[in-house]
Order: sequence, then structure tokens, then C-alpha cells
Amino acid sequence: MMASSYNAKEEDGHHSGASSGTGVSKNKKPDNTAFKQQRLPAWQPILTAGSVLPAFFVIGLIFIPIGIGLYVTSNNIKEFEIDYTGVSSDSPCYNCAKNFTWNTTEPCVCTVNFTLHQPFESNVFMYYGLSNFYQNHRRYVKSRDDRQLNGDLSALTDPSKECEPYRKSGDVSIAPCGAIANSLFNDTLVLYYVDSNNSISEIPLVKKGIAWWTDKHVKFRNPAGNGNLTLAFKDTAKPVNWAKPVYELDPLDPENNGFINEDFIVWMRTAALPTFRKLYRIIQKKSGATPTLPNGNYMLNITYNYPVLSFDGRKRLILSTISWMGGKNPFLGIAYITVGSICFCLGVVLLIIHHKYDNRNTSADIPS
Amino acid sequence: MLRRRLNRWFGGEDRRVDSRTIYVGHRPCPANEVFIPPKFCDNRIVSSKYTVWNFLPKNLFEQFRRIANFYFLIIFLVQVRASFVCMPTQTVISDIIFFKIRTSWLPLVFLTVLICSQGYEDWLRHKADNEVNKYRVTVLEDGRRIQKESEKIKVGDVLEVDEDETFPCDLILLQSSRDDGTCFVTTASLDGESNHKTHYTVPDTERDVESLNATIECEQPQPDLYKFVGRMHIYKNNEEPTLRSLGPENLLLKGATLKNTQSICGVAVYTGMETKMALNYQGKSQKRSVVEKSINAFLLVYLCILVSKALVCTTLKYVWQSKPGQDEPWYNEKTLKEKETNRYLNMFTDFLSFMVLFNFIIPVSMYVTVEMQKFLGSFFISWDKDFFDSEIEEGALVNTSDLNEELGQVEYVFTDKTGTLTQNNMEFIECCIDGHQYKYRDASSEVDGFCVTDGPMNTVQQKAGREREELFLRALCLCHTVQVKESTEGFIASSPDEIALVQGAMRYGFTFLGLESKTMKILNRTNDVEMYELLHVLNFDPVRRRMSVIVRSISGETLLFCKGADSSIFPRVKQEEVEKIRMHVERNATDGYRTLCVAYKHLTPEEYDQVDSGLREARLALQDREEKLMAVYNQVETGMNLIGATAVEDRLQEEAAETMEALQGAGIKVWVLTGDKMETAKSTCYACRLFKRNTELLELTVRTLEYPGKRREDRLHDLLLEYHKKTVQDAPPAKTRVARNWSSQDFGFIVDGATLSMVLNSSSENNLHDYKDLFLQICQNCTSVLCCRMAPLQKAQIVKMVKNSKGSPITLSVGDGANDVSMILEAHVGIGIKGKEGRQAVRNSDYAIPKLKHLKKLLLAHGHLYYVRIAHLVQYFFYKNLCFILPQFLYQFFCGCSQQPLYDAAYLTMYNICFTSMPILAYSLFEQHISIEMLLENATLYRQIGKNAMLRWGPFLYWTLLGVFHGLVFFFGVWFLFSNPALQDNGQAFGNWSYGTIVFTILVFTVTLKLALDTRHWTWINHFVIWGSLAFYVFFSFFWGGVIWPFLRQQRLYFVFANMLSSVSAWLVIIVLILLSLLPEILYVVLRKLFLFNFNQKSVKGIFCHFSGLSNVFASRWKSLVVFILFFGVFFIFFLFFYCV
Repeated sequence: MMASSYNAKEEDGHHSGASSGTGVSKNKKPDNTAFKQQRLPAWQPILTAGSVLPAFFVIGLIFIPIGIGLYVTSNNIKEFEIDYTGVSSDSPCYNCAKNFTWNTTEPCVCTVNFTLHQPFESNVFMYYGLSNFYQNHRRYVKSRDDRQLNGDLSALTDPSKECEPYRKSGDVSIAPCGAIANSLFNDTLVLYYVDSNNSISEIPLVKKGIAWWTDKHVKFRNPAGNGNLTLAFKDTAKPVNWAKPVYELDPLDPENNGFINEDFIVWMRTAALPTFRKLYRIIQKKSGATPTLPNGNYMLNITYNYPVLSFDGRKRLILSTISWMGGKNPFLGIAYITVGSICFCLGVVLLIIHHKYDNRNTSADIPS
Repeated sequence: MLRRRLNRWFGGEDRRVDSRTIYVGHRPCPANEVFIPPKFCDNRIVSSKYTVWNFLPKNLFEQFRRIANFYFLIIFLVQVRASFVCMPTQTVISDIIFFKIRTSWLPLVFLTVLICSQGYEDWLRHKADNEVNKYRVTVLEDGRRIQKESEKIKVGDVLEVDEDETFPCDLILLQSSRDDGTCFVTTASLDGESNHKTHYTVPDTERDVESLNATIECEQPQPDLYKFVGRMHIYKNNEEPTLRSLGPENLLLKGATLKNTQSICGVAVYTGMETKMALNYQGKSQKRSVVEKSINAFLLVYLCILVSKALVCTTLKYVWQSKPGQDEPWYNEKTLKEKETNRYLNMFTDFLSFMVLFNFIIPVSMYVTVEMQKFLGSFFISWDKDFFDSEIEEGALVNTSDLNEELGQVEYVFTDKTGTLTQNNMEFIECCIDGHQYKYRDASSEVDGFCVTDGPMNTVQQKAGREREELFLRALCLCHTVQVKESTEGFIASSPDEIALVQGAMRYGFTFLGLESKTMKILNRTNDVEMYELLHVLNFDPVRRRMSVIVRSISGETLLFCKGADSSIFPRVKQEEVEKIRMHVERNATDGYRTLCVAYKHLTPEEYDQVDSGLREARLALQDREEKLMAVYNQVETGMNLIGATAVEDRLQEEAAETMEALQGAGIKVWVLTGDKMETAKSTCYACRLFKRNTELLELTVRTLEYPGKRREDRLHDLLLEYHKKTVQDAPPAKTRVARNWSSQDFGFIVDGATLSMVLNSSSENNLHDYKDLFLQICQNCTSVLCCRMAPLQKAQIVKMVKNSKGSPITLSVGDGANDVSMILEAHVGIGIKGKEGRQAVRNSDYAIPKLKHLKKLLLAHGHLYYVRIAHLVQYFFYKNLCFILPQFLYQFFCGCSQQPLYDAAYLTMYNICFTSMPILAYSLFEQHISIEMLLENATLYRQIGKNAMLRWGPFLYWTLLGVFHGLVFFFGVWFLFSNPALQDNGQAFGNWSYGTIVFTILVFTVTLKLALDTRHWTWINHFVIWGSLAFYVFFSFFWGGVIWPFLRQQRLYFVFANMLSSVSAWLVIIVLILLSLLPEILYVVLRKLFLFNFNQKSVKGIFCHFSGLSNVFASRWKSLVVFILFFGVFFIFFLFFYCV
């Protein structure tokens, strides 16, 4: 890649020991060491057209196939996306969206029908997507108390000031405190497959493994309370916008309840951009050759608890398969092809220039 | 204006009268009815800058003149105050958590250290002052000798000074222990002339100082060393007071040393800060380098960027918030306090918060790194063994490390002559008698001590006649004003070349034994003593440029011997003798020897009587004495016979000529500023090859101003215009001159002190032509300039004039004596030579080297490297902070302009401190883009970095654009990736901290690899530091994300880095973005090299010219922008193309 020359100045390296001995006797004479005389042996690489050219070609030749591979991989990922916000009046959730109030005991349920034209093989990942939702707003991002979420008892009853204004409800401190927890996404999505003979079967959704392992097992912990979550949270209030307290997030599974509820953990990982998706459920691949989600009609049952219209947001459901590079994203493939082709083109251009000038004087590249 | 007026009001009488009256020994005088003891300043010398009282305010003011320091203070105050005043700012700060406060403390701590060190330096100066001020001197008071401290001397005190003591203040010589009322002094520390000067007592005062009743009226103090006007009224018992005029020959200057005289008595006339020495001394001011000025300019640009970024964000924030539902959606409500605060106060605090968020764009750590680089880097100068001189057993000394890079920017070198260029050690080299060359080789080889080499003229006759030889040698022995030193067998003379001539004659067998009551004794070759009666000495003066003696031998013959410069002798001798000798003289002159011609003349008794009476009459004349004397001199010095010529070498310092040539090759203009005589200085210039054979000399001296029928002012005017026409107007324009560098006429310019002061003071009289400007233009168009007969302050004036001229070139002064101190202090860089005489120059210099020859390496190698290093350091720091903060700025558009930091606080803090600081520091200490040997061999390489080439707006723009490009690539590359945040193969998604971490990882790697690309000299330290800091980054990220930190409220980065690495996409995007960012740089380097080689290989073959200002396509960074933009364009076209597909 680089034309280089090792330019060790031997005489100094060798003599340094001997001459520094004499240097001591004349105490003011500077030591004749390679370091002090700025003569440390050094590698002096020189970027020349000759050395860079092959590198350009090699990069081009490696990057373009990778890019094509990435592009193809990304294209092979099946993704289905449906907006169920209910903005337009013909949308099934229009009424739920329009008539939303916080204090209802009766949740609004709406059903969206959709058709998959292609079967989804292997595991299918179910995401909910939100748009124009600023999870990365500074006031929002900082509004949490990780100490409380880690099961710290003192933080449980006295949460961090950062949680304001979601710190206390009256005199009782909120657990989990803060704006992020308060705005936990609480729509319930249930997916049904509609047979060709119109029989409806619920598709089993797995809620394990949607959060980072370390988050679930280390970062988030329930406060100690002898295994009784209700008792552990007894001095705390539920977040203002929650319908039920934290210890009832998943009453059936104690490993998924309280702070270590995976839906909660996923939500607590604030998104980078105002349009984002978060993993909701995983549809496990069935044994045998049948696709996980065969093509056909589906029914999405939504318990519509989460208002987004007030800030002009949107809610989506995304079904996607996953490759080794993650979800569908053509960007990487394009980037690799672009950079690879640029390198290749530059290589060609350089080769031409190099040849044109090099013919005049071939000795030019030899470093001194 | 106001100040002047105030001075006039409060200055009192002293200001209005142009003279002061001094009562010798404070004795009231009968003439004056009332004796008012006049008030003068005391004899205290103050060179320190501060007092205890004004130290803090004055020093702080100077510190905050640096914009950066002021900025740090403001930011610090904002951060500290903000936490009490306004919420939003505080929360941003707590976002950037505890580190941040500490980092903004850093510069303040740093400032404190700086102030302390300056305080210490000033304390040292106080100490040195005290040493001088507390020196014990002897004062005669009412007939008693009293020991006093030097600072207590008052004007009018009569002092006694012993041999080898320096005068504590300016004195009028009243009494000398020598019989003839003279004393000898050396003024080496004042004007650099190490010869002995004769000073005279005031006539009639000699007898008894104790009872002397006199007043002295003299002018107010002025800095010119060679001027003094005064008169003395001597009162004797009820007699009419006698009046004596006083001139510079009666004045002993503070700083001069008494020599060869046991003791003298004198009355103090100027004391303390009013002495001529103090008036010539200039206060040491803080020198600031060009680089620092560039940094300040860049800093202002970045401050503007910072403020505009903050403004844009604040505006956008409120625009965005004005949309319904965005300001306070249900999921993200404001706290009560925020709601209650005034809207405008909120805006203001938002603005401040953005300032704090983006303030990393101002590279605070750069200042620390620059200081460290300067401090550590300057060790390489003192460590350099090439600067070690075995004679004095010392190496180079670095007094200030602030100016290292300035050594690479020097455009003008002002050098002292005596002791700097020359060793001030005259040696007789050869002589020529009647056109025959006599070169002294080895006295033992021939019986008579002559060794004859082949002169071009002596083809037939090998030697001149013995008679002529002896006449010549007698002339050498007689025609001088040398005195024999009694104690040792040495000579004392007013000019060292006279000694050299006498010693030369001694080697040929004629020894001067001394002058005893007007009789000169010579020991001739046959060991007989010849006696000559000295009748008259016709003194040397610069206008006549010759001196003569009239002697009478025992046989009664009256002889006139004359020696002088060829141009003044040749017209006065018989023409047929001239041609034989002219050739020798010219050859010797171009060899750099001082040549003198020797002539003689027989005077008949009648002639002599006439001359004698003429001289006596002229000497007694009260008016126009000088002119009358001159007329007689000229009259007698005619029709002489030329005997021969001498060549005396003013021995140059080792490699002086080579050094000067290298400096000129480096495009540096060398000016010689000396207090010495023109002839001496000129021959030195020839010897140093500053003037060459084909150099046309333009002379503007007292001699050329003497023009019959014209006033000196008019003549000056004419000459200036003529020279200006020659050098400036007729000279080909600058561009073509580079091409025909060799063919064009070189000009050398000679000016002397008297003329210079005429030029400099002319502006008030003559408004039509600004002489100063003309003069400067002439000087700048000459390859070398010689200024002789300069007072120390005039040297400084010249330096100042050049320094403040158009384009403000960087000046360097080099000198060894106290007389050079003012110019050393005045110039941008002052170099002291560790000469034999005194250490004053060394103490006041910025760098001190043992020999002149070391200047070459100091400038060409060290200066060049330091400049390149620091320039790169500065640009790199601005660049790396720009591409650090730009993504953070861009992120604001995607987070509702809410001041959300993109990076974690630890990263924000550590970026400049740990992750990217060490490689650049190592680079700025060890980089050698061109090896030292190459730099020394090719002086022209120095030109490439001239005029601050790497820190001009062009390169700055290049680096800034590069930073912007990188910032854009980092941010938007990851932004595209995050259009689908599900980047892990288990379908899990990344959040905002992962986003920041990916950007930051790309950033750290790119910025470090960019530096690696720039590094041309990889020592193991570079390897260690570059790869080490990358490894440290990875290690730190794992570590920081691997632990739940109990002291942190938020575990933002918990396993973020590890998860990032588990994602293939993250790896792929990091690789491709790093490569993409580095591509333009690689391309640029390769292309420039490709083109440079083919254009440049003739001039600098085989060197990779990293920075070339030569005429080719890719040399200028401006042109490189084309490459840059092209690349940018191509990239986006490709990208759009593929994206559309």
C-alpha cells in the first residue's frame, strides 16, 4: 500500500551508549542519544500513485462484491408495514383515535385487515413504529432514574430530580419515574391469520428476547421485596398515564414483570431519531416447511391506548424478517457499491495520469 | 495629545528649558543668588515590569488580551453561574456531567500557572536590578570618600571610579590619574566597539576637584551615544567665571569600563533611567508569534461559527416549538419551573445552553497542547549536540519557548558585526610594496622574514628594493595612534586594525617601542633604536578616510606618512604608481580584507612651516574649527608617493560566510547593523559574501552627502530618489524576477547612523516625500543592507521600521553585546551569541547560541520543523473539533433542537483529553516531513513555509472544509443506517446512545488515521501513541460500558459499545465511512505528489515537497479545493444514482 523505507540512522543508535558516557564527564554537553538528537529510527512512508493504485483497485474489487451482497441480502428481506393511526375517516381506528380520552375504563379496540402477498420464511419480527415522536428530546432522554430501575431502594422512594415533572404523584414517588416510563407504549397488538376458509387463528407471539440481554439481566432489576412485587412497590405510585401499576405489567410471568418487563425495557432504550421502530414480538419459525407467515389475509387486533394525533404522530406495525445484517436497509449495499466504484474509477484515472507522467521520468518515485 | 499637554503643564520648568544645570559637588555658586537644588531622577535602574501592587491587574490584562483566555473565562463563568441562574443551562451541564466543569477549570489552572511563572520571572528581574542598584560606589563629599549604594547617586555628585570598574552613571570627567588628563574606556557593552577610547578632562579643572566651584549646563538626556553638548562655568575667587565647552569626549557613559587608567573623578550629569544606556534600553515586552496571531484569527472564525450555530439552533427551536403539539406533547411535559420562567429569559438560557453544548468546537485543549509542544519541543534545541561549542563548553540556551515556530518564518535577519559576524580580532595578512606581494607565512623560512609569493605583477623583479621595504615598514610603525600598554607588552589603539598593522610590521622586524614626550621609538631590523619626533597627527575621520602623521627623523628630515582607504589615497598620489597597486587592493578587497594604502611625502622646511602654522591657527579657531582643519589637512596631503598597501583580515566567525549564504538561499534578507566604521563593516560584508563582486553598492553616508554646492538635505533627497529609481522603479516586476533571479542586478545598500537619523527625522520638514518610505523601499529591494555607525537605539529603530513595514515581515536579530540588546528585544526573535564579552545579550535574548554558524541549523532545520509541526497541530486541532461537534450540531435538527448531546458525556470529555490528544502531540514533537540533513542542504526549502504559508486562510479553509466533509459523512452515513434501527441479527434495535457511539467511533478512528496519513516520520513513539490511543479508545469503551457505575445517575452506555460490535452492520458502516472520509485526503496527497514531482524535480529532486508554493497545479491548497469539490460531486452523483436504483 505504501512505498516505504526504513531509515534507521545506525551510527547514532549504536554510539549512543558510548558517547553518553563521555557526555557525563562534561556535564553540560548534550547527550548524543538518538532521541535527543531527533534521530530516532523512523519508518518514512510515502504515498505515491504507484503504491496507492493497487490499493484503490483492491478496495474497489472487495467493496463492490460486498456491496452487491449487502444489497441483495437487504432486498431479500421481506418487510411489511401498515399504518394504523387512524387519521383518515375510512381507517378502522379512526374512531378510537378521534375519541381518545385518558380516563376510560373501557379500552377502544379496532381491527385492521391486511394481506401478505408473499410468505415470510424463518423468524418474523414484529415491530411497532412511531413517527414524529421525539424520544430523543433532551428533556425526555434525561427523564429517568437508572438507579431506581436497577432496584435501588432509596431511589425507589426518592427518585432523581431529573424525573420532574413525573417524579412524584402528590407526595408519593412514582415508580418508574420520569417521562420515558410515563409514556410507555401500551397498545396491545394481536395478530390473527385468516384462513382461506375464513377461520381465524391467533398467531403465537413470543415476548422473550426482544430486549438486550444485559439490560434485562443486569441494568434493570426489581427492588428486593421477598419475591412479592406488590409489596416491593407498595410505597410508590404508578406513572400518571399508566392504567395499571408497574407490578402488573405481566402478572402471569414473574420473570417479565415489574422493571424487568421486556416491553418496558425496550421502550426505555430511547430511539435515536424521531421516526423509529421498536421490537414488539417475535413470531417463531414453525417446525417443518410451512412458512412462519404464509401469504394470505391477516387481521390485526389493536387495543388502542396510545394517543399520537395530538402531536401529529403516526403508529405503524412492521413485520420483517431479519438477515445477518439486521433489518431491511439498502443503504449499506449502496454505500459499499458507491465507495467501491469510486475507488475503482479513481484507480483507473490515477493509472492514466500516472502512466502519462511516469513515462517522462520513472525515477521520480524513489524517495530520497 | 492629552498626555503631551499634561506633561507640558506638570512637567514644570525642566521641560521648557532644553538644558539642565548641575552644581558640581552640590556647591552653591556665587553667580546665582539663590541656590535651588534641582530635582533629577535617582540612579535606580528598573528593568522589571511589575511591582507588587500592579502585578495582578497588569498581568491579568495582558493575559486576557489573548482572546482565548478571555473566552475561557466567559465560558467558565457561564457554566458556573448558569447553575444558579437558569435551569436549562444547568441541565445541559449536568448532561455533560461532572467532567465538563473540570475541563473548563483546566484553562484557569493553566492560566494561574502562567501568571505565577511570569511573576517569578519578574522577581528575577527585580533581583538583577537590585544587584546593580546596590553596588557600592565611592562618592567624594566635602573632601571625604564615602561609600554609597549606586542607586543613591544624585546628579551633581562627584564620583571616583577605579580601573576596570564600570561607570555607574553618565559622568563628566574632571580628573584622571594619568598625567595628560586623559583616560581610556571601552564601550563594548554599549556600542560593541571593544577598542579603547580616549576621553579628556575638562581643562583647568584638573588640579583640585575638592575645591572646584562650577556649574555645568548641558542638554536634556537623549539617547544618542555620540552626541553631547554642554558647557561648564568655573568660578574662581571673585573672578569672572571661565567658560569651557563640553563635548562627547568629556562624557563617560554608564556601562562603559575604565581601562588603563588607575582612577578618575567625575561628576554625575545623567542618572538612572536618564542615562544614555538606559535610554537605549528597551523594556522587554511579551513577544507573540505569528502562529499565535493566526490562532486568534481562526479562533474568532470558530467563535462566529459557534455563535451562529447557537443562534440557528435557538431560532429553530422556537420555530419548531411554535408548531402545535411540539412544544410540550403529553409525553414530555415541562417542569413547573420551566413553565414559569419568562419566555425571553428562556430563549437566552437556551442560547447559552447551545453555546455550552457546542463549545467543544473551540479547542480548549489546543492551548494546553500548544504550550506543551512548545515547552517540550524547545528541549530539542538545548539538547542538540550540534549547538554545543567545545570552547565555552556550552550548548544552546532557550529563554522562551513561545517563539520556536517563529524561527521558521524569519524574513529579515539583523546581525551585529563585531563579535557576531567577526571575531573582532584583526590580523595582518599581506602587504604589497611597489606592486610586489608580500605574504606573511612563516618568519623562519627566510632570513629577512619576508616570504614572497607570486604576485601577478612581479614577473621580472622578485622583490621591491630594500629601501622601499624599509620605508614602508617605517610608515607602518609611525603612522598610527597606537600606544604601548605599560603593564603588559601589548598595544592599545582606537581601532584594532592599527594594532594589526603595528604587529605586522613587528613581524617583519620593525617594532614600535612607544611614544615618549613626542618622540616615537622604533626598533629596526638591525636592533637599532630609531627616534622620530612626532610633529603632528592628522586624525582619522570618516569623510577624509585617511590619517597622517608628520615626523622628523634624527637626520632632520621631515616626513609625512599617510594611510587610508584606496579611494582617498589614489587621487592624492602620483598617478604612475597607482596602477601597480590598485590590482592588489581590489583583489584583497573582494577577498574581504580591509585594505589600506600607505603613502609618504618629504616636506621641505618651508613647506613644513607653512603647514605647522596653518594647523596651529586652525586648532585655535573658535568658529568652524573643523572646516579649517580639514582645509589644511587636504592641502598638505597632496602629491604624495604611494609605497604600498596592506591587507588586514577581520577574522570572521567560523562558517560565517556559509551561514550567511545559506540564509540568503533561504530567502532571508540579511542586514548588518553595526556601530563600527563603514570601511570595516564593508569589508566584513564582502568577506561574508553578503556583498559580492557584482553587487552594486548604493551608499547613503556622510561621505556621499558631502557634495559641493549642495545642502545635505537636498543631496539626501537626490540620492534617495536616484536609488529608488534604480532599485524599485527600474527593477523588473517581482514575478519575472523570480525567473531571472540570477541575471538581475544585485544591490547592496550602505547607510550610516547620521544619515539614517536624517532620513527618519525628515518627515516633519519635508512633507512632499516621505523619506522613510523611500528608504524602506530601497532597502527591501536590496539583497543586503549595511548600516554602520549605529547607536543601539538606532538599531532598534531600524528593526522596528522593518517590522512595521508592509506585510509585517518577521525579523530576527542576532548579536552578542549589550549594544545589541535593544534590537534583540525589538525584533520578533532575538538571538544572543554567547560571546566573550558579557552576557547581557544572552540574558535578553529569546534563544542563545554559542556561535553564529549555529544560526543556520536553528533556522533551517529547527525553525522549519517547529513551524510545520505547530502549524499542523493548530490546523488539526481546529479540524478535529469541527468534525467532532458538527454531528452534534446536525443532531439538533433531529431532536427538536433540544440540546440533546449526541455523544455520551465521557466521550465528550475524553475526546480531546485522551483519545485524540496524544498522537498529535507526538506528531508535533517528532515529525520530520523532510529530514534534517535535507533541510540543511537545501536552504530553498525554507522559502516554502515563508509568509506563514501553512496557516493562511487557504489552508485553513481546506482544513475546515475537510472537517465539514468528515462531519457530514459521519453524521449522515449513520443517519442513513438508522433509517432502520434494527441492526442486530436478533432483530433488536439500537437507540440514540448507540447512534452517538457509532458516530464517535468513526470519528476517533478517522481523525487518528488522518493524522497517521499526515505523519511522514514514524518513530516507535508515533506507532505506540497512534495505535495505542485507538486501542485505548476501544478498551475504554468496553470498560466504561461494562460496569454499572454507582456514581452515575444514568447508565447510558451500559453495553452499548459491546452491542455495537456485535452488529455486523455497525462494523460495515464504520469501515466504509472511515474509508470514504480518508479518500479525498489520500487522493489529494497522491495527486499533488504526482504533479509536484513532474514540475519540481529539477529544483528539488527526490524530495517529497509537502508544502510547496511553487507554480504548479496542485501546489496551492486553493487549487486542491477543486479536487475536493470534484470528489464531493462525484460521490454524490454516484450515491444518488445508486440510491435511485
